Amino acid sequence: MSAEPMTTVAAAGAADTVESVFPQLEALLPLVQKPIQYVGGELNAVSKPWQSTTVRWALMYPDAYEVGVPNQGVQILYEVLNEQPDVLAERTYAVWSDLETLMRQHDVPQFTVDAHRPVGAFDVFGLSFATELGYTNMLTALDLAGIPLQAGERGDEHPIVLAGGHAAFNPEPIADFIDAAVIGDGEQAALEITALIRDFKAEGSPGGREQLLMRLAQTGGVYVPAFYDVEYHDDGRIKRVIPSRPGVPWRVSKHTVTDLDAWPYPKKPLVPLAESVHERASVEIFRGCTRGCRFCQAGMITRPVRERSITGIGEMVEQSLQATGFEEVGLLSLSSADHSEIKEVAKGLADRYEGTNTSLSLPSTRVDAFNIDLANELSRSGRRSGLTFAPEGGSERIRKVINKMVTEDDLIRTVTTAYGNGWRQVKLYFMCGLPTETDDDVLQIAELAREVIKTGREVAGRKDIRCTVSIGGFVPKPHTPFQWAAQLDHETTDARLMKLRNVIRDDRQFGKSIGFRYHDGKPGIVEGLLSRGDRRVGRVIEAVWRDGGRFDGWSEHFSFERWMRCADQALADLPVDVDWFTTREREFSEVLPWDHLDSGLDKDWLWEDWQDSLNEVEVDDCRWTPCFDCGVCPQMGTDIEIGPTGKQLLPLTAIGAGAEALRG
Amino acid sequence: MARQPPERDNAPAVQKLRLRYAKRGRLRFTSHRDIQRALERALRRAGVPMAYSSGFTPHPKISYAGAAAMGAASEAEYLEISVTERLDPDRVRAALDAALPPGLDVVDVVEAAPGALADVLQASEWAIQLPDVSAGQAGDAVAALMAKGEVEVERMMKSGPRRFDARGPIVRLAADSGQTTSGAPCAILRLVVRHATPAVRPDDVLTALRQVAGLTPPVPPLVTRLAQGPLDPESGTVADPLAADRASVDDAVAANPHPR
Ligand code: SF4
Repeated sequence: MSAEPMTTVAAAGAADTVESVFPQLEALLPLVQKPIQYVGGELNAVSKPWQSTTVRWALMYPDAYEVGVPNQGVQILYEVLNEQPDVLAERTYAVWSDLETLMRQHDVPQFTVDAHRPVGAFDVFGLSFATELGYTNMLTALDLAGIPLQAGERGDEHPIVLAGGHAAFNPEPIADFIDAAVIGDGEQAALEITALIRDFKAEGSPGGREQLLMRLAQTGGVYVPAFYDVEYHDDGRIKRVIPSRPGVPWRVSKHTVTDLDAWPYPKKPLVPLAESVHERASVEIFRGCTRGCRFCQAGMITRPVRERSITGIGEMVEQSLQATGFEEVGLLSLSSADHSEIKEVAKGLADRYEGTNTSLSLPSTRVDAFNIDLANELSRSGRRSGLTFAPEGGSERIRKVINKMVTEDDLIRTVTTAYGNGWRQVKLYFMCGLPTETDDDVLQIAELAREVIKTGREVAGRKDIRCTVSIGGFVPKPHTPFQWAAQLDHETTDARLMKLRNVIRDDRQFGKSIGFRYHDGKPGIVEGLLSRGDRRVGRVIEAVWRDGGRFDGWSEHFSFERWMRCADQALADLPVDVDWFTTREREFSEVLPWDHLDSGLDKDWLWEDWQDSLNEVEVDDCRWTPCFDCGVCPQMGTDIEIGPTGKQLLPLTAIGAGAEALRG
Repeated sequence: MARQPPERDNAPAVQKLRLRYAKRGRLRFTSHRDIQRALERALRRAGVPMAYSSGFTPHPKISYAGAAAMGAASEAEYLEISVTERLDPDRVRAALDAALPPGLDVVDVVEAAPGALADVLQASEWAIQLPDVSAGQAGDAVAALMAKGEVEVERMMKSGPRRFDARGPIVRLAADSGQTTSGAPCAILRLVVRHATPAVRPDDVLTALRQVAGLTPPVPPLVTRLAQGPLDPESGTVADPLAADRASVDDAVAANPHPR
């Protein structure tokens, strides 16, 4: 396929107006699968005249519409930006290959779904990477947009390509393709960047693209990879990463939003017409997590914990329901049962919505009976959701290694309560490939599952109870204590999982009551390469994309063979290969590709935690024990923000605006 | 303990409303399922007191009359809802329309008269825009098709390919010249077709035109349902299917001019 830039778009900012590409697109839509995903027009979508705005963002979640449209990060930015009168934000998603082919044939550029404007005409093309597997989709979008893939080849007429999201905490593998990256919470950062661009344009854009990037870099909160040089040792390790020009800071800081009640977004969640992966409104009840699970990048990079208050949550839930008509509201966070007033929140909401066919869900995998109380409480107003517990490790020993403080007794007691409360099925999450793990650690998962079914049958007084064991492969991530760890090779991962499967299958007494779900280890190796890779991995990504790689997060489109073949070729003249990036253990002294991106975590503390892990020493949560000096709060000037507030959710008295209009 | 269906105050339905809605512009690409979801949400958002079915997963009582296919626009889609409280149909129309995204537009709401909606939806009138086809070309093809008594076409259904007569149910078919949205000249077919099983759709008629006269539009045609309703076999026209409902409400008002 051609990777030539395929359309010339109007120079950003210079054009008075930008034509919608919908007329050209419309003729193609009857020829593709699920055309509704490309037309926009969702309830609560925003449209603005181009000329009425000065700073324009195209926001992309680089996956299919059905996955991207519910994404909270994009929805929040979309709303926060569009609330500014002179700012326009529109959304774009990855197009499937049927439409991609037609767009190339008919010269239709990557477009936004809101007003079908060409992405190349915006000031900023912001991509939110929840996972690294969206990188190839970014290249498709850039190419279709007529934006050169290599940042160095872009001119003043092209948008600033800006990466965010959790994967941006190590943006080095995509350093060649992005102009800038922002790490941490995006809402305030997006407004600051907008203000900077607004001023820059008002001054007549002095110095063009280069100067704009310079201004962004000088804030210390925007990483511009082109302004840093990476030097390597002969053996392939990084020697140092240094600013390549004066005025560029040595390290770039993450952004942390405080006082969540002041940021009640999204206020008007998008309601797509097409079916999406989450058919519900979501209310984020807190950010951050300090349980300290050592494998969990999300927990490490979002510290400290900042809660939304019980009343703030109540308002957002009601507002979302009013604005969307969704039947379900999810109370989101990394571990929702940990909110200091979750019991009052659950009771208050259940009281409010009892009898209204409104379901409340709370993603929490905490292994304790309290979780079941919450589930019971929430199911009063709507459907009863499933119960999932995540012991993560099969053996007591490995759970100490990963700092998941759950004993076998805890687990058995918890599932006993669940079965005793009428649940017939529970799900258990585990990981395979954890540091120091042996076959035995994983085989103990079978022991646990057997014990769960055995006690479950006793308390339920029946045989038809089930438990499903779900296993994910562990991928070491940057900014975690396991950032130095060797990733387990996929052959060993697969062999271990097969042994476990066989043990469960061969168990005549309990095997039939235990479901087993797992993924093979290969995609994890690619994820590992992209997570802990450095700038040299960029050429692998480009080679895979040129070879046709797209939608790597979808097992039916992912090709391990292609990734390995392209990596072999692209890295052939370098002293590094896929194993070097994935299954190799690092030493303390090694410069890691993301060391100059400051998540606030103290590298010494992370190393000590890694050593504690190897010594099977656990660490407590700083919400209920003293600060253990992970470094984030002093480094970022933040503090833990938690309740209790002592407030209550009062019954709703006002009837909705819609209901009022109906009855007069 | 066995799980019981959740207890809810399942208030009985006290009123049935018939709705006409349009599917316009880019929202013609919605599938029927997309519309069902959007409508159920809009009903909740508008606070319409829906009657629910009972059981583990209660559903609001909505019945849909045969929907236009994905990709076809429509000015005349119909459905029926049951509510637990007597409501003013005009207010329901306004509230529901406001709760739906622009492009799914509620055009008309009336209180249902006795009898099934499906019985009055006897035929549909369609406009089929054929870009890059001249009215003359289209006219010749139409004449060739209308000269036949029966034209069998095949269409892929969920159950597999199915063959049926696409000519028989056609009441009227004529070609005219018109303009596309971008102003280019094009042919426009006007079609009135009786509802049969399986329903003969505009794409079946286009298949028939291709089979009979070799008419192959170079660009996907733009199809719009203009009306649905009782068929006047004499004139070959489609009447308002809600006229009877309106009349019966007028009768009721005449008999009791001051309700409540
Ligand atoms: S610095 Fe201390 S209080 Fe702040 S997140 Fe780290 S351990 Fe917790």
